[in-house]
Amino acid sequence: MNIQCNGENRTVDAGATLMDLVTAMDLEPKTMVAEVNGTIIEHSAFGERTLKEGDRVELIRFVGGG
Amino acid sequence: MSGVAEMLTISDTQFPSRLFVGTGKFASSGLMRKAIEASGAQMVTVALRRIDLDNPDDDIMQALDRDKIHFLPNTSGARNADEAVRLARLARAAGNTNWLKLEVTPDPRTLLPDPVDTLKATEQLVREGFIVLPYMNADPILALRLQDAGAAAVMPLGSPIGTNQGIQTAMQVEIIIEQARVPVVVDAGIGAPSHAALAMEMGADAVLVNTAIAVAGDPVRMARAFKAAVEAGREAFEAGLGAASKTASASSPETGLPEANLDFIVS
Repeated sequence: MNIQCNGENRTVDAGATLMDLVTAMDLEPKTMVAEVNGTIIEHSAFGERTLKEGDRVELIRFVGGG
Repeated sequence: MSGVAEMLTISDTQFPSRLFVGTGKFASSGLMRKAIEASGAQMVTVALRRIDLDNPDDDIMQALDRDKIHFLPNTSGARNADEAVRLARLARAAGNTNWLKLEVTPDPRTLLPDPVDTLKATEQLVREGFIVLPYMNADPILALRLQDAGAAAVMPLGSPIGTNQGIQTAMQVEIIIEQARVPVVVDAGIGAPSHAALAMEMGADAVLVNTAIAVAGDPVRMARAFKAAVEAGREAFEAGLGAASKTASASSPETGLPEANLDFIVS
């Protein structure tokens, strides 16, 4: 199944959740937030959000800034 | 007069330090952490970006101790009110905080804040329960409008972001300080400890410094220098500065000079 993650095409297993995606990329969910097709998903809900073909996922976190 | 420095309070939270520090442009997270520690700052700004999937280990949250630091996410990169509101909501979800430094900068060349969209976004975000500290041009009328809209503090610029040009807006900042009922945090353009001291002597409640510390030859020592400058400037403001005048006023007594010719003193 194909999705877009941070602007890049990615393949995930059918039925995979947002948590599966994040874990597969070795990211710490607690310090990040996601947007799926423009809707904010808090990290506590990553496990409940099943990904669908064509989903546009943005994985976002804090960086240095003034 | 107690002789004890007054504590800064923003939206019911007290901050022992009046120096706010930004986390951008540091050569490494280790250096950033040490510089923040040396600065004594509690209020620390961060930005929000897409995770760099090629470099996923670079997580600033691992380098900051949130028990000691009050996190202030910004909306840098937002070009209008809608983008700022979106980033604010993401920041709240990512950081578990409703504090926000609102930045709306449509022009990448000057990074000057859009006054109309800053006001619009402030109104919206206050309605949504955010504690909003808007970055703004040093416009006294806008400061009042933002305050009326519910801003918890106002953050007028000294000069454009990252320019190190100091307090080019001194006259307007003075009026803002005089009129404000909320804390005034001078933000942007502060390039040297003397600039920070000047803002504090003028009666600013705090200053925010990023570039000047982050890109210094030794950021840790520069952070220490800014800490001293902010404390000195605040102490001077609370002590009460003397008035400036055009003509001299002798520091030494003008009477009681010895009668004799004093040539021997200079000869």
